[in-house]
Amino acid sequence: MDIASYLVFFLVMAGIYAITTLGLNLQWGFTGMMNVGVVGFFGVGAYAAGLLTGPDYPDTLGGLGLPPVIGYLGAMLASGIVAFVVGLLTIRLRHDFLAVATFGIAVCIQMLAMNLKPLTRGFDGLHSLPRPFASLAATPFLSNLYFLVMVLLVGGALLWALERLVRSPWGRVLRAIREDEEASAALGKYAVSYRLQTFVLGSMLMGLSGALYASFMGFVSPQDLLPIFTFQIFVMLIVGGSGNNFGAVIGAVMIWALWTLSETVLGAFLPPELERQASAIRVVLVGLILVLMLLYRPQGLLAERRKISASSSSRSDKT
Amino acid sequence: MMQLLVDGIVAASFITLGVIGLSMVFNILNFPSFAQGDQITSGAYMALAIATLFGTVGGPAGGLSVGWCITIALPCAVVLNALLALIIDRAIYRQLRLRGASRISMIMASFGVSLMLRNVIVMFAGQDPHFFTFAIQPALRIWGIRIAVNELIVIGVTFVLVLCLHLFLSRTTLGKSMRAVAENPSLARVNGIDVDRVIQWTWIIGTGLATVAGVLLGFTVQLHPFMGFELLLPMFAALIVGGMTNIYGVLLGALLIGLVEGLTVEYLAPEYRQAAPFAAIILVLLFKPHGIFGEKA
Repeated sequence: MDIASYLVFFLVMAGIYAITTLGLNLQWGFTGMMNVGVVGFFGVGAYAAGLLTGPDYPDTLGGLGLPPVIGYLGAMLASGIVAFVVGLLTIRLRHDFLAVATFGIAVCIQMLAMNLKPLTRGFDGLHSLPRPFASLAATPFLSNLYFLVMVLLVGGALLWALERLVRSPWGRVLRAIREDEEASAALGKYAVSYRLQTFVLGSMLMGLSGALYASFMGFVSPQDLLPIFTFQIFVMLIVGGSGNNFGAVIGAVMIWALWTLSETVLGAFLPPELERQASAIRVVLVGLILVLMLLYRPQGLLAERRKISASSSSRSDKT
Repeated sequence: MMQLLVDGIVAASFITLGVIGLSMVFNILNFPSFAQGDQITSGAYMALAIATLFGTVGGPAGGLSVGWCITIALPCAVVLNALLALIIDRAIYRQLRLRGASRISMIMASFGVSLMLRNVIVMFAGQDPHFFTFAIQPALRIWGIRIAVNELIVIGVTFVLVLCLHLFLSRTTLGKSMRAVAENPSLARVNGIDVDRVIQWTWIIGTGLATVAGVLLGFTVQLHPFMGFELLLPMFAALIVGGMTNIYGVLLGALLIGLVEGLTVEYLAPEYRQAAPFAAIILVLLFKPHGIFGEKA
């Protein structure tokens, strides 16, 4: 694989991770909800996209052969619905119980992916998913490049929308609830409803990133739904700076770069029979980064900025 | 029916030994430790390493399918694993406490510890399962119930250890100070209880029992890097069903979860085993947020 096509691959994955991290930032960074089941919502999106766009699989419900765009929208809808149901059940819980409950959800979703064969095809996974732009582009490289442009556009639009959102009165309420739930309740802002909204919205972004991943890889299987994914996303957000959307994106790119770079470096120094050890070393390394960040720079590389919301600044313009 | 009960009690024994540490850390250090499962795994692998060192891994002894080496390896592993827990606490959790980190930071850090432990194990021992022994143990039949000697040992050891824990918590000064710190740390400190010492003993006892759980699980089933992590969800379920703050409630919770898991495997589908503890967590949190056996906060 030459440098250019590798770079495109790297950036597409970084973009997908960035979208997941933005989703988590909405839940954790802005609202203080600890969702330890990120991979579950990512997985729901990936499988939903696979079932909507994939070819007709024998003995399986799905494989509707719809265009990728429908797959992406359907994935967001599916993750949103799952998040809504899960949220209704768990959103009232204290933070640490929410963490335990969402952890359980991710375990159960992976279990369904492995065992609910009529829907997920078990360990075989959903394969030969159509890739967007495959018919437009002459070479695989070009189709990857188009995909990259799409991911960047989607990611950029999301970043812009989220920045608008957190500056809006709605975003202000979220931060108020995070800081002092009772005070915001006294002002008539019902925390549970706002939490549920953020939980669903953040999970929809996770679902979208799962769908993008599935259509980029052309394949999704239970192997893509390991708990390590959730952990990576958390590290990305903590390193970048939770509560800061740009931090979330930068953290995603940095940790993904470190992840792939360490693979290359360890691969160069360690003999191939130690490949497993190498991937274990990488996880330990990322774990170490997380712990060091929590200890020495808990606010992340880009700390959360004090936000002055758009409406209040425009009001001050008028007066 | 009796068979199901016995199988459930065996499953509950592992959960019980593991959840004691989880519950103690939850009550005294105030966060659910996601690393508890992997501390079970690390204990089991330490015992395996020591047993291998003595070179007498094979060879059943006294009806058990493992050799006598286990009687040396187990206490050594308990000490080593507790030491490791103390080092982790000193290097990470204590630093976070001193910096006044939030509960969420503690949970995140334990998530990191969990992954590091598991992957260090993979680094040294690989992904494939290991065994204390390859001897196949025929099951005994007592009143028509199939049970292996190993499983009898599991139940017996768990029972004795839980009894010891009860005596420790109710009769000794240290045990009483632990309960005091769990109840109200600042009040305990004012009364001259050395909170740091209590925290150290929390890790020593919790991890010690987790090590026993790991070794027992290792020789009745097998050792693999995910063995403890897979116990995490059932342990959380036992903790929540049991009402978090009451150690006896938590022990009953462990028994209940073990039985529910057994029922799921028997009557529903073995591949959905993990769903049982999860369903228990959700149901209890929805309808009895203080746990079935918990006291009202």
